[in-house]
Amino acid sequence: MSTAVLQSERAQVLDMRANIRRRQWVDLAFGVAGLLALLFALLTLLALIIDLAMTGVPRLSWEFFTNFPSRFPERAGILSAWVGSFAIMITTACCAIPLGIAAGVYLEEYASKNWLTGLIELNIINLAGIPSITFGLMALGLFVYQFQLGQSILTAGLTLGLLVLPIIIVTTREAIRTVPNSIREAAYALGASRWQMVWDHLLPYSSGGILTGVIISLSRAIGETAPLITVGALTFIAFLPHPPVMAEFPFLSFQWLKDPFTVMPIQMFNWVSRPQPEFHVNAAATGVILLVMTLVMNGIAIWIRYRFRQRLKW
Amino acid sequence: MTTNTNLNLRAEVKDLSFSYGPKKVLNRVSMPIYENRITALIGPSGCGKTTLLRCFNRMHDLYAATNYDGEILLHPEKRNVLARDVDPMEVRMRIGMVFQKPNPFPKSIFENVAYGLRVRGVRKRSFIEDRVEKSLQQAGLWSEVKDRLPSPATALSGGQQQRLCIARALATEPEILLLDEPTSALDPISTTHIEELITELKKDWTIVIVTHNLHQASRTADYTAFMYLGDLIEFDTSDKLFTTPRDPRTENYITGRFG
Ligand SMILES: Nc1ncnc2c1ncn2[C@@H]1O[C@H](COP(=O)(O)OP(=O)(O)O)[C@@H](O)[C@H]1O
Ligand SMILES: [Mg+2]
Repeated sequence: MSTAVLQSERAQVLDMRANIRRRQWVDLAFGVAGLLALLFALLTLLALIIDLAMTGVPRLSWEFFTNFPSRFPERAGILSAWVGSFAIMITTACCAIPLGIAAGVYLEEYASKNWLTGLIELNIINLAGIPSITFGLMALGLFVYQFQLGQSILTAGLTLGLLVLPIIIVTTREAIRTVPNSIREAAYALGASRWQMVWDHLLPYSSGGILTGVIISLSRAIGETAPLITVGALTFIAFLPHPPVMAEFPFLSFQWLKDPFTVMPIQMFNWVSRPQPEFHVNAAATGVILLVMTLVMNGIAIWIRYRFRQRLKW
Repeated sequence: MTTNTNLNLRAEVKDLSFSYGPKKVLNRVSMPIYENRITALIGPSGCGKTTLLRCFNRMHDLYAATNYDGEILLHPEKRNVLARDVDPMEVRMRIGMVFQKPNPFPKSIFENVAYGLRVRGVRKRSFIEDRVEKSLQQAGLWSEVKDRLPSPATALSGGQQQRLCIARALATEPEILLLDEPTSALDPISTTHIEELITELKKDWTIVIVTHNLHQASRTADYTAFMYLGDLIEFDTSDKLFTTPRDPRTENYITGRFG
């Protein structure tokens, strides 16, 4: 090989190295920029949370949970608010979970794939992105005026149920889609009916994903404020809903469904809008509770997903 | 085509055509399935072996845009399992299937084998236990799993999983057992194990097996059908088909000139 050829090859290699160095620079520059962006976002969030916690946590006490709201900030508590939130969550869960799972299973396993189901699918995905106050307006028209359900826990539960229904449908479908087709065929080949296949296989194997979706949707519902104000939540309630159990037959009572309500985020909003700074402390304390509840629920969801993923191997 | 009059027919495929949407995959296939014999379907990849096998238990009914025409008569009653008024669930309860890739349910070993009985509404614990043991024994798996029936089936090795799938299919005593390349996902030792098992099962069952392994077909099958581009080219005893094929295409295939 002549020296000229060798030299030109050497020049090529040098060129290549320079090029690599240049591209590594770009890599590094982006890495640093990305890290800065991440730190900025995280630190801002952290500062906000710490600020909230420093204001709110000292206010937390047993009485804060057992007192009704009051004109005197140091005596005010969130009893009616957390009981309202709890009652509405139960109502929401009872209507949205069965409906959402059933609809998800139907769309994924029963419905034939045509333009109509395609349209329905598209609309469900869109519904999940609609501003929540729109649901409040629809619910005001439908549940309060049309069905005359009043400005009650039932109305609120149904409203939030509608709001989270698309989330449950979509996560249910995604969860059952992860079950391999070979499992469906195995069940059918043994003579299983479609329902037996769904009940014995699809639902158990995808229950981790479905449960995750359910918890995430409930943790979304618990923080919702706008639609509940729209359907007529009260901001000052100094009594509890009717108890769900009675001493005499039939022992169970659903009177509480018709009671007026308030919820934690609304109580918080009410306190924030007052001039006295002591009420702002109450709001911060309520915020801490909401934050912790949301974190715990999402934590449970992540844990369930992790456990199920470990357990299921195909 | 030779029809053997000394043997009982278990099923009979008559003029079966099949298409996926516009794509024609089987052209008027006809062949006998003899009782307590192993019938192998061989042919190059994509010639329609799996498609034909899945017609036997109406698996195609699960999917849209599949069209078939013709008959598969189940003897002795000569019931056409492809008839529109025959429920696919009935067919699948009478004809068992084992798939190419082992597909145990992510449940316990016991529940996998018991599932066919549960589908039929069998509740009696002692009956289910007996049948699970018997099926696992027939599938040659009992000694390996008898101490860990409640443990998950997915923890078994590939070969064990496939024998579990065979046991699962046997537990409901199907009239015909369909096997779609049951060893193609397995190592050579598990493959030998399953081949021996299949030969053993012939005593009690009628078996149709798809394979692209010619040695497997000639070793285990009594009858072999050679398919090519959706046509059944030749059907004969394995001895005759592998030693003195009548059609040049069969000869080319078994001597490895294409495939
Ligand atoms: N679900 C399907 N949709 C459309 N075409 C298919 C489908 N399954 C198989 N085919 C086609 O049908 C032909 C036969 O397939 P198959 O029965 O799987 O062949 P084999 O089992 O002999 O390899 C192939 O050409 C394949 O591409
Ligand atoms: Mg195949």
